[in-house]
Amino acid sequence: MTDPSTQYSTVFGSLHDYDKGGVEAIDDDPRNYVFSNMFEVAESAAVWEKVAVAKNMEYVLEAIRADGISPWRVTPHDEFALVMDGEVVVELIDPADQLVDPSASGSRAVEGEPAGTKMGRIVAGHGHMAMLPAGRCYRFIADSPSVILLQTIEGPDTVYRWSEICQTS
Amino acid sequence: MSSTETGTTTNEHGYRSFVIGGFSFERDEHFVHIHWPTGRHVMAADVFLKALMRDVSWNFFYGIVNFDAVFGTMNHYGNVDMFAGRYNAAYRKAELDHQENFGHDDLMACFKEILADWTNADFDPFASPQETGTPFGPKKGDNQTAVNRTRVLANRMVGVPGDEATRSDENGFPKNRMFADVDQTEPAVHAEPGYEQEVAAFNLFAYLSRSDVTWNPSVVSVCRESLYCPTTEEFILPVIHGNDRVEWFVQLSDEITWKVEDRETGAMRATVVMKAGDCAAMPADIRHQGYSPKRSMLLVWENAAASLPDLIASGQAPTVPVSF
Repeated sequence: MTDPSTQYSTVFGSLHDYDKGGVEAIDDDPRNYVFSNMFEVAESAAVWEKVAVAKNMEYVLEAIRADGISPWRVTPHDEFALVMDGEVVVELIDPADQLVDPSASGSRAVEGEPAGTKMGRIVAGHGHMAMLPAGRCYRFIADSPSVILLQTIEGPDTVYRWSEICQTS
Repeated sequence: MSSTETGTTTNEHGYRSFVIGGFSFERDEHFVHIHWPTGRHVMAADVFLKALMRDVSWNFFYGIVNFDAVFGTMNHYGNVDMFAGRYNAAYRKAELDHQENFGHDDLMACFKEILADWTNADFDPFASPQETGTPFGPKKGDNQTAVNRTRVLANRMVGVPGDEATRSDENGFPKNRMFADVDQTEPAVHAEPGYEQEVAAFNLFAYLSRSDVTWNPSVVSVCRESLYCPTTEEFILPVIHGNDRVEWFVQLSDEITWKVEDRETGAMRATVVMKAGDCAAMPADIRHQGYSPKRSMLLVWENAAASLPDLIASGQAPTVPVSF
């Protein structure tokens, strides 16, 4: 059995401190593994840009560089924001009108602040996951550069740049 | 489909023997012996039980669960192939491979009986090697609590009122020794009256630091058919998972090395080293096994769409997620 006195350090990554692995091909094309690092992606992304780092048919995971106050968005389905670095405040509004078709996929930008009822707010730090509920509006606020990994479906603002972010050889 | 018959007598080591279709299973103090009409196979008891535990708990999972390079199951979602040598180039060439199809419930019932009978009191097949006792020796009691664990399957998200609960000392999930340094602070959630069901958040890293099992992806959030299945990993993935769809890994902490082989033949295709923040796809035509030197946090991301295996098998969908 293990020695309980042994001390271990858990290694997380961040925008300013990450170490990237890689694909060591034996009989394959490294591009088949679509290998990237979300912190490296966020490091070079524009603020609030939604860069896909994983895709499975219509579903995507987006790396988002959070800094300042994001535009408001509305989502037709639940999304989930995992804070991988920094701290992000999530503000939620129940819109007075239906702003998105519930059968649509991917979140949409909302012009200005949506009319409706304030639902509440979440202060999410490192490793915290926040639900962005279906049919509701949300925005992010980050006082310093942070990284969000967003579980969602591809939408009009999803950015694809696989050849720039992935290992190719 | 093949028939089921399970033995009721015990051998000199105290273990029951089992027969299902043309396959028979026996164990002694150290090994599991598998026979089928064209061959036989021997596996270390710990390797077999740890793989069997996953196959049972995961309901035969997505695609192929290789117990090792010879024996395993392939899920057809309602019925299941059990095979020996089917995905091994040498067995195929020698025409010694064997495969039978079983009803899901029949094979599951048989596997559960084997797991219950062959798991001794000191051994937890889900635990890391340093956190459990020995699986070896003559039969010594059982460990029903361990082998009957249920997999966490959140409906919306862990921590949402009425959904799967977060973990704490109070509900029996102490921090793992290798995650003692993981911050346990929960997010500040301020819900206006009437919105308590929708304004929700939880500390995923703290939740994972309190997992009592290894290599056991469990659903924590659901975006239609997109499932976040994070898991904590230590030592070696006890199965070699053969994909029937693209699967994604996001390394949340520490490091895992993946050996990637051709799904059909077992020929090596690549080694993938993943560190915190790395994202990598596992194509639909490979099989993979992970090695995690320190307990690590891995986000396994699945697309649970039922149509995917047929679309990929028929060539209507590619085996890789994107082309660039």
